Amino acid sequence: MSSWLATILVFLPLGGALLVWLLPVGRVAGPLALLIALTEVGFWINGLTLIDFDRTSGPSFDQQTTWFSDLNVSYHVGFSAFSFWLAGLAVVVMAAAIAYGFWVGRERPRAYFGLMLFLTAAVVGVFASEDLLLFYVFFEAMMIPLYVLIGVWGGPGRLGATVKFVIYTMAGSLLMLAAVIVFGLSSGSFDLVDSNPSNSTWLFLGFAIAFAVKAPLFPFHGWLPDAYRESSPEVAAVLSGVISKAAIFGFIRICLGKFPGPFDDFRNVILALAVVGLVYGSLMAFRAPDVRGVIAYSSLAQMGLITIGVFSLTSMGVSGAVLQAVNHGLISATLFLLAGAIERRTATGSLNRLGGMARGRPALATVLMVTGVIALAVPGSSAFAGEFLILAGIFGFGWGWAVAGATGIVLAAMYMLRLISAVLHKEPGPAVSDAALDLRPAELGIVVPLVACLLALSMWPAAISERVGDENTPLFPQKAEFPAFPGSVP
Amino acid sequence: MIQTPSVDWFALSPSLVALGAAAICLLSAVLTPRWLLRPFAAFVCALGFVGGLVMASLVYWKTPEAHLIVADAVSRDRFAAVAQLIVMGSGLLAVGVSYSARMRQDHIGEYYALLATAGAGMAFLVQAGNLMTLFLGLEWFSVCLYILCAIETDLVGSLEAGLKYLIIGGMGSAVLLFGSALVYGSTGELGFSAIADATRLHDLSGDPILLVGLAMILAGLAFKASAAPFHMWTPDVYDGAPTPVTGFMAAATKAVALVLALRLLSVAFPEKEDVWTIAVAFLACASLAWGNLAALVQTRVKRLLAYSSISHAGFMLIAVAAANQLGARALLYYLIPYAAISIGAFAVVAARERELGETVTLENLSGFGWERPVLGAAMFTFMLGFAGFPLTGGFMGKFLIFSAASERGWNWLVIVGVAATLVSLYYYLAVIRAMYMRPAAELGLAPIGGSPPREVLLTSAVVAAMIVNVGAFFAIQPLVDLTRTAAQALPL
Repeated sequence: MSSWLATILVFLPLGGALLVWLLPVGRVAGPLALLIALTEVGFWINGLTLIDFDRTSGPSFDQQTTWFSDLNVSYHVGFSAFSFWLAGLAVVVMAAAIAYGFWVGRERPRAYFGLMLFLTAAVVGVFASEDLLLFYVFFEAMMIPLYVLIGVWGGPGRLGATVKFVIYTMAGSLLMLAAVIVFGLSSGSFDLVDSNPSNSTWLFLGFAIAFAVKAPLFPFHGWLPDAYRESSPEVAAVLSGVISKAAIFGFIRICLGKFPGPFDDFRNVILALAVVGLVYGSLMAFRAPDVRGVIAYSSLAQMGLITIGVFSLTSMGVSGAVLQAVNHGLISATLFLLAGAIERRTATGSLNRLGGMARGRPALATVLMVTGVIALAVPGSSAFAGEFLILAGIFGFGWGWAVAGATGIVLAAMYMLRLISAVLHKEPGPAVSDAALDLRPAELGIVVPLVACLLALSMWPAAISERVGDENTPLFPQKAEFPAFPGSVP
Repeated sequence: MIQTPSVDWFALSPSLVALGAAAICLLSAVLTPRWLLRPFAAFVCALGFVGGLVMASLVYWKTPEAHLIVADAVSRDRFAAVAQLIVMGSGLLAVGVSYSARMRQDHIGEYYALLATAGAGMAFLVQAGNLMTLFLGLEWFSVCLYILCAIETDLVGSLEAGLKYLIIGGMGSAVLLFGSALVYGSTGELGFSAIADATRLHDLSGDPILLVGLAMILAGLAFKASAAPFHMWTPDVYDGAPTPVTGFMAAATKAVALVLALRLLSVAFPEKEDVWTIAVAFLACASLAWGNLAALVQTRVKRLLAYSSISHAGFMLIAVAAANQLGARALLYYLIPYAAISIGAFAVVAARERELGETVTLENLSGFGWERPVLGAAMFTFMLGFAGFPLTGGFMGKFLIFSAASERGWNWLVIVGVAATLVSLYYYLAVIRAMYMRPAAELGLAPIGGSPPREVLLTSAVVAAMIVNVGAFFAIQPLVDLTRTAAQALPL
């Protein structure tokens, strides 16, 4: 049974999507989708009890069958330690997003929930792929539901936002398709475990640019503000919380795993972009006029920080990056869902028109405060642990990078506190009426589990950071002639 | 006494079955009562295509070794059989789409007879083994299509389309014929493989007459495949012709023209491979550029799909230009989902056209996806298939074609294809955007009263096309096996 777990995690939501689309009853679509999403979480927890994080050979839950023999393309799924954590983030956030969509009562429920389940399958598939073409298929498949989810259920500017989003990401990922083909043909196999690493700079760039757009890194973030503002809150939560992590997976599994040479050559360039993104994103978040703008740009900043961790190439930095990826996913999902709750009550996200919402709304105030405080990496929080590991990891490579990263953390405190005070404190804003309710029990039921995960990770960040890989256990399965951990690359 | 060659009737049976069906359709126009004419003629035509499918599969099964028959004029091999399967399948879908079309009663028998005859001609063309049978097959189905385009005599657009197609198609045929004559003049041979042998034997590969002949034949085939810069007729003809006919033309004509181009170039001109691969690559790039850029500014959906079909000719020409086994496989594989989704997409346009009683534009397509969920969902997958998104056969087709180009060492052609795909996203997604994201109320259109027409056959044809499109992605292994054995018939 355990070898089927990766396959189940991918195909359960896909089958659920088909079921939701084909059942001609709109009313059951929401509950059914929620049930499937929760089952998915259950399967993941089951996997958590079965997985062996100290495995040295091959991925966990490994399963491989030939897809088509012509070019050695196979259906090959499995999890490395780090990708299993990312998959866990994906299933939890997707379940919360589906629950939120159900609670809000989205129109055209069959289409909506079917697409959400389809998206779940695609995201989990990205994290589970061990074959390059399969990875590409899932990576692209994510675009289909996202395009429709933003375009149909988004805000008034949704059409422009979708065009921008699609053109940016597809420009990156079509270049990646060319890279996938050339890499696969030249190494004779598309399998991520079997294929030999390459030294080609061009192929590396083909992949790296695609991931840089998806993350996004600094000059490739043009789609981000529109997409995050115009999509519905639960889709924005998924976009920033989960979809962006596909880029982190790609950086680690493909750029690092298959192109160790070019990875090293381009380290300084990408670190520079990440640092610029960190500082620029933080400043933009500090200046953003609305709730979603703050979260969107903070997302840009945080992705920069996580990328710094990955490109530090030390076990400390990379495990910090994975921990921070999970943290950031949970934080930004919670914040976007809360932003949605606030917008429902006030019909605006503009910080000028908000304020004073803490009075008489203790639940909202508490949840927002706790999440915000974790987000600004107060010592003792899981974000603090993640950022500390990243900075400690990069410090060995160059102290300048660590200083720049630390600046970002200071700026994070500034924009988070600004957000909290602008929403919760000060005088009540013109859009906040006394009738605006506190968080309802159902909303609490969606948001509190996410915050609980964050609190649990704050108490035990080592749960993730010590289960990613170190000098003895490899980060992901790779051929014997390569060192156990890339950090030991001289 | 004239010596007659022995005829392998079995190998010709796919064409013959379709021809027989055409004959019965013609007779039925006279003999059946009026109320029975439409169902009867459509049924016989469909039966002809099913028979063609069955016979083509039998020929495929019984022909492990490629060889020439009928005095070396026709080639019997699996490559042709797979192409015939595609043609017959397209024909079958086209019958389903045509059935609900509003047609003048006095043309129905002839319509289906011409459709079956065109299918027979295409099935004959892909088997061509020399330049005579090539021209015969090409004219055979072209003449049928000229009439089919103009069959709606009370529509000005239809007449115009028929006339335009006739003149430009005739021009293309003339060029091809002239080229054939030059090749014959240079080599003294008509048979494809004989031309190659003569070129080798007499060391003709530097002969300018042969080169000009090759170029003119290529141009003639490019007319039929609507590859730029020989595509000028395509948008007008596709726009004006009755929509079911357009769907059939887009799928089947292009398929046979490209399949035949690959056969002719690889069998007859292996000595000139260095020349024609470059020429085909040029045609591919021109089609990709022109088709995609022009499609960006279209508002009428049929014209948009016409330009998209030009760009797809470009993609498939990449596979021809690759000139390797993988390219031949990729071409055949690509044609399977492509043919299905072309017909399916035009069928959806036809349904909307009837619903509105006017030309379908991106504007008046709005809300269609929600009003007709099955057709809308199918159109959604067709657009994703055209654009080459995963979970559709279009993705795998593009993947194989790009792989073929990369295997030849032409990574620049991969980049061109990828860039063209990126441009094409804009207009394919525009169709989806129109169907789903712009509610009719937003545009101030009056809601359409009543429930939509049932159109069972059209809907089943569209659903079948959707299944082929998505199925080709998941079940790629059997299709790849099929095309692999088919491609081995070519000396690549």
